[in-house]
Amino acid sequence: MEKRKITCISCPLGCEIEAEINGDEINIQGNRCPRGKEYVINEIKDPRRVVTSNVKVNGGQFPLASVKTTGAIPKGKIFALIEKLREVELEAPVNIGQVVYKNLFDTGFDVVVTRPVEKL
Amino acid sequence: MREIKLDALVIGGGAAGMAAAVELTRQGCETILIEREERTGGVLNQCIHNGFGLHVFKEELTGPEYADRYKHQISQNEITVHSEKFVLKVDPDKKEVITVGVEGVTCYKPKALVMTTGARERPFSNLRIPGTRPAGIYTAGVAQKFVNLQNYLPGKDAYVLGSGDIGLIMARRLTLEGMNVLGVAELMPHSGGLARNIAQCLDDFDIPLELSTSVVEVHGKERLESITLMNFTPDTMQPILGTEKVIKCDTLILSVGLLPQNELIEDYVKADPVNKGVMVDSHQRTTHPWIFAAGNNVAVYDLVDFVTLEGIEAGKAAAQMIKEGFKECKQIPVKRSNNVGAITPLFCCLDDNPFKFYIRPTKNMDKGRVKIGPDIIQKVELGLKPSEMVDIQITREHKEKIKEMGLEEIIVEIEEV
Repeated sequence: MEKRKITCISCPLGCEIEAEINGDEINIQGNRCPRGKEYVINEIKDPRRVVTSNVKVNGGQFPLASVKTTGAIPKGKIFALIEKLREVELEAPVNIGQVVYKNLFDTGFDVVVTRPVEKL
Repeated sequence: MREIKLDALVIGGGAAGMAAAVELTRQGCETILIEREERTGGVLNQCIHNGFGLHVFKEELTGPEYADRYKHQISQNEITVHSEKFVLKVDPDKKEVITVGVEGVTCYKPKALVMTTGARERPFSNLRIPGTRPAGIYTAGVAQKFVNLQNYLPGKDAYVLGSGDIGLIMARRLTLEGMNVLGVAELMPHSGGLARNIAQCLDDFDIPLELSTSVVEVHGKERLESITLMNFTPDTMQPILGTEKVIKCDTLILSVGLLPQNELIEDYVKADPVNKGVMVDSHQRTTHPWIFAAGNNVAVYDLVDFVTLEGIEAGKAAAQMIKEGFKECKQIPVKRSNNVGAITPLFCCLDDNPFKFYIRPTKNMDKGRVKIGPDIIQKVELGLKPSEMVDIQITREHKEKIKEMGLEEIIVEIEEV
């Protein structure tokens, strides 16, 4: 049996959750809501994160547009995503919600723009 | 000098100012919003991480998305924004605000003034750290502006001093952008930031957090070359000789607190020494009847949602004053007791309107009883910590109780249980 202490990142409360792992069986303690339970189980089986970063924009009022993944992607893919984003160059204007990558790493989630950049 | 007469002038186009200007306009007041930068949004523009808006919009947004929602409301309500304007003087006796901008000097004559000037980061010079003064030392917000807005990376190897949330978020951001973040030092025995930011910004990237540790010297002539760290006793915070450690780095990022910014009005309104911001009542009125205030210049909030809500209240109260004149009402002063740090508002108006207290605990407590009155509200809260404000709703019924009991002051305490 393995014991782990995991800080839930689902909300600013940041519950310290203790998990006892027995093969497929996971017992948890210290969560204040059901989201904590879901988070810890995911964190043990398949940790995921929403990632935010920037991509280059040509001909815009700013040199960058901020972007986010529309859902949490596997933690191990974070740096692969960042590498992918380094190659992106958008042409201004760009709008909030504009898709940069569709179905990223087959997760079903996209990378979308979070800051509008007007054309100069 | 150009002169503009209007109902309300809002100074500062961040979250609080945008909310106040929108509310004033909705109430039919002719309003102008003044902004120092080119565009509204304030610090939200550069906070590209998510986690904003859970209270106000019931969804998780990034900073630019949150700001954009309000920018839309500003254009929908056809609110005049005067950007790239710098305020030279606020004169409450003449009810004038003098600004300078590209077109020259302007004198605004508003019936009400809403101050939403936010906070500034505590600068390096304020820390009195010995050593040279090389390039490569930035506050977290400046580094954030470089990386997220201007497309510059501040250096190669970074160390972060202070574990405030912006510092933790920048540790992750700089790592993702290819910098080598060597660690985060925190003088206090506990983190200054949220537990979830320790988990997702430091632990995820194996960045060490050194508690009871601080930078005691910086080295380097033109550019920062290294820093000296030292351990401190957790209780008395005295440096422990012999624990010095030199770390080679070309960049030092500071996340050592925010200071509410009130230079323009500090001679005219009362400030609170603990909040370090202007004192307001439950309608965001300062001690000067012409001036309203909301946001980080009142107290440094953890959540932008709270700042927006206070901005709306300031807008509402200013609109009422413009339309009906200043309304006197009985104000009960709020007094801090055990384990209460920053708290706002500092006066409770004994009218029918509900409001919220925002209270910052001074220490970590597994369980604490928040006492307002002390007998008006007693509420047990779990996992209290200095990095998180507690918000407590005061209803009309609570105010009735305050009246019935004839309280002359409202004592606020957090009792450890």
